[in-house]
Amino acid sequence: MRGAKSAKWVAIAGVVALTATACGGGDDDKGSGKVDPKGIVSYANGEPQNLLQPSNTMEAYGSVVIDALFTGLVHYDKQGNITYENAESVTPDKTNKVWTVKLKPGWKFHDNTPVNAKSYVDAWNWAADPANGQQNSAWYRDIVGYDDVHPEKGKAKKKAMSGLKVVDENTFTITLKNGIPYYQYKLVYKPFFPLPAAALKDPKKYGEAPVGNGPYKFAKWDRKKLISVRTWPGYKGEDKPKNGGIDFKAYTKDTAAYADLKSDNVDTMPIVPNSELANFKNDFGDRAIVSDYSALNTVNFAFYTPQWKKTDIKVLQGLSMAIDRDTIAKTVFYGTRESATGWVAKGVKGYQDDACGKFCKFDPKGAKDLIKAGGGVPGNKIQIQYNADQPHKDWVVAVCNSITKATGVKCTGDAVTDFAADTEIRDQKKVKSMYRSGWVLDYPFNGNFLADLYGTGVDGNKGGFSDKKFDELTAEADKAKTIDESAELYQKAEKELVNSFPGIPLWYNKTLSAYSNNVKKIEFDQAGDPVLSDVEVFEK
Amino acid sequence: MGRYVARRLLQMIPVFIGTTLLIFLMVNALPGDPVKALWGDKPPDPAQVAQIKHDRGLDLPLWEQYLHYMKGLFQGDFGKTIAGNRPILDEITQAFPVSMRLAAMAWTFELVVGITLGVIAGIRRGRIIDTTVTMFTLLVISIPIFVFGRGLQLVFGNELGWVKPTVQDSENLEQLILPALVLGLVGLAYVARLTRTSIKENRSADYIRTAVAKGLPRRRIVSRHLLRNSLIPVVTYLGTDIGALMGGAVITEGIFNVTGVGNLLFQGIARREGAVIVGVVTVLVLVYLLASLLVDLLYAVLDPRIRYA
Repeated sequence: MRGAKSAKWVAIAGVVALTATACGGGDDDKGSGKVDPKGIVSYANGEPQNLLQPSNTMEAYGSVVIDALFTGLVHYDKQGNITYENAESVTPDKTNKVWTVKLKPGWKFHDNTPVNAKSYVDAWNWAADPANGQQNSAWYRDIVGYDDVHPEKGKAKKKAMSGLKVVDENTFTITLKNGIPYYQYKLVYKPFFPLPAAALKDPKKYGEAPVGNGPYKFAKWDRKKLISVRTWPGYKGEDKPKNGGIDFKAYTKDTAAYADLKSDNVDTMPIVPNSELANFKNDFGDRAIVSDYSALNTVNFAFYTPQWKKTDIKVLQGLSMAIDRDTIAKTVFYGTRESATGWVAKGVKGYQDDACGKFCKFDPKGAKDLIKAGGGVPGNKIQIQYNADQPHKDWVVAVCNSITKATGVKCTGDAVTDFAADTEIRDQKKVKSMYRSGWVLDYPFNGNFLADLYGTGVDGNKGGFSDKKFDELTAEADKAKTIDESAELYQKAEKELVNSFPGIPLWYNKTLSAYSNNVKKIEFDQAGDPVLSDVEVFEK
Repeated sequence: MGRYVARRLLQMIPVFIGTTLLIFLMVNALPGDPVKALWGDKPPDPAQVAQIKHDRGLDLPLWEQYLHYMKGLFQGDFGKTIAGNRPILDEITQAFPVSMRLAAMAWTFELVVGITLGVIAGIRRGRIIDTTVTMFTLLVISIPIFVFGRGLQLVFGNELGWVKPTVQDSENLEQLILPALVLGLVGLAYVARLTRTSIKENRSADYIRTAVAKGLPRRRIVSRHLLRNSLIPVVTYLGTDIGALMGGAVITEGIFNVTGVGNLLFQGIARREGAVIVGVVTVLVLVYLLASLLVDLLYAVLDPRIRYA
């Protein structure tokens, strides 16, 4: 309990310090209140894991920098609808197999070379080759000829995917192995960004000082300290920056970033530290940010264990009903999470309310009856595996208490040292009973939360879940003619999950952050990323 | 003396090999695949995983990996990081100067303030100043370091605004003052207590009485006779503390966002970057070994009865 006690100590010290300086106050009147269009926004980031190459960046620290430097073909709005960026249009044929991309003419890279169809096709072919070590290369797997460039084992047999064809300066086509009605959503992701021709000749140099086609131009990278980007006057896109540039400051601990944010020493941060959940609204008042984040927390069943292999679905449904999501959200998360009502997160296309229905509503009596009707939990005991390097313990314990109290089923947390060890156990299918899981959108389409997680045998399906009917429904959705139709069919597939219950939906996440007195306002999108180009900085 | 030093230096070789091997094996025994971890909770791409493993030599048997590593080490090649493919030497040469500055400042703080407090308390034992020092050091030792860190950060950084709450530039000495104070605080308390006890004991020794009897000035008695003879335990502590200050500053570095060795080591463990961990620990082991050699040599300086043949 040393930790808890010490936290209290800090709190007490904080109270003393606050009262001591209470008469100081009034630091809200900083600055003139005028917006400086050349002002620099600072963002509490961390050191990117890899070089700054779009096709090699998947973690958050690199992603946010890449997003400032590059603009892709398409993006999406708050409702999850596609918006066109560098592309004028992205249109499928009738089978959704051949996609024609038309670029907006006249776009340039920061080195003034033109952005054309070739900049896209060459970059993708280069990144698909395993010899170039690009982590995101699996994103091209839907394209015809991917397996020649990126075989399961060994070296590339061909240098280019046959499914990519340059038609003219500003047009190219993508031929897919199978029709995917929502393919343009995948094009939002970073591996589908363009690269200038020179970057493919010297990837290391361009990874250290990237040249993109986005709103900001790369300025400098002080390793482990700072990455600076500055507004690029030649940008042709809609989202022209309202500020002069961004400084991405490297922090190693979110608590340090939070301390800086409180003193206006940095303008915003990705998410407030867990230890400040209870205080951040007080600390920042109307500068606190709470916005929807398309991510879902679940507790999933390891269906390969003897415990769940043959157990009646009623038992799984009953366990879900035994969890008092609202109360736990209030007590453990200080109201910063929202109870989940289905398997798809909010803010994505095809989200529907209440897909899980009564099984995701707290009903202790119903839970007990259902579990009894289903023959009870084998062993009358469950365990929830979680990684102890992130703040999961509190809510796992709360979920367990809720289940035990409502149904009498014994429930304990199974802590694994850290995330790496946790995923290894899941990959090796050695989870003893149940495990904590979570999913953040890859692209804002409901299929991403369904087929990619619960399809039989897909990579993301770690619990060995299999439901024939669900597989059929998702296959049907993938064959749909239009996105809307596909999203609708996926909604049907989601409803089917009620009958097979791959995991228990718990909460939708929120992005919790704040902004400093130096800026007018900062907003975050549903992927949890700050919209930094819109930030207006006050004159100093 | 020269032979003694040579012998000690030779002894370092087996210690060095033993520690690196031990750390190497321990890192490899950790659960979790560092290469797959690059993909986070998304499914890793087998072809890329194989490519990265091959590139960093992780597909070789363990003993071969170790031999490779040692071979590279003697040529000044610390290998490359799994994430980002950066030369580890770059990471080390970036982190160590920062930690050395931080440690040097913390150490000087320990040395000067700690010994001064200890001497004053030891000489005026039982008086109010002695009680105050004892109370203060007890308080410092019993409160965890992150409480001091966060507390001082809150007061001086957030509330008073005398300094920036975190270090903006880890190579800037001025900005490192607050973290160095926090880092040196516990060591200071130990140094003060050790000095105090040692001084207290030696005060009633015969040679002090002789010195007083032959009419030496008080200042000279304290500085030349009393302090010099009392310093042996303190020097032992201060010597080993150099290494601890360099490698063990994880918490302080985290609070003040200092990118030093502790932080590098912590990240290395979290990401299972075996080569980073072994590399950093190797350098730390060298620092410890050299510091303890220095301490042993200092004994002879402080106490002429100790001789090394």
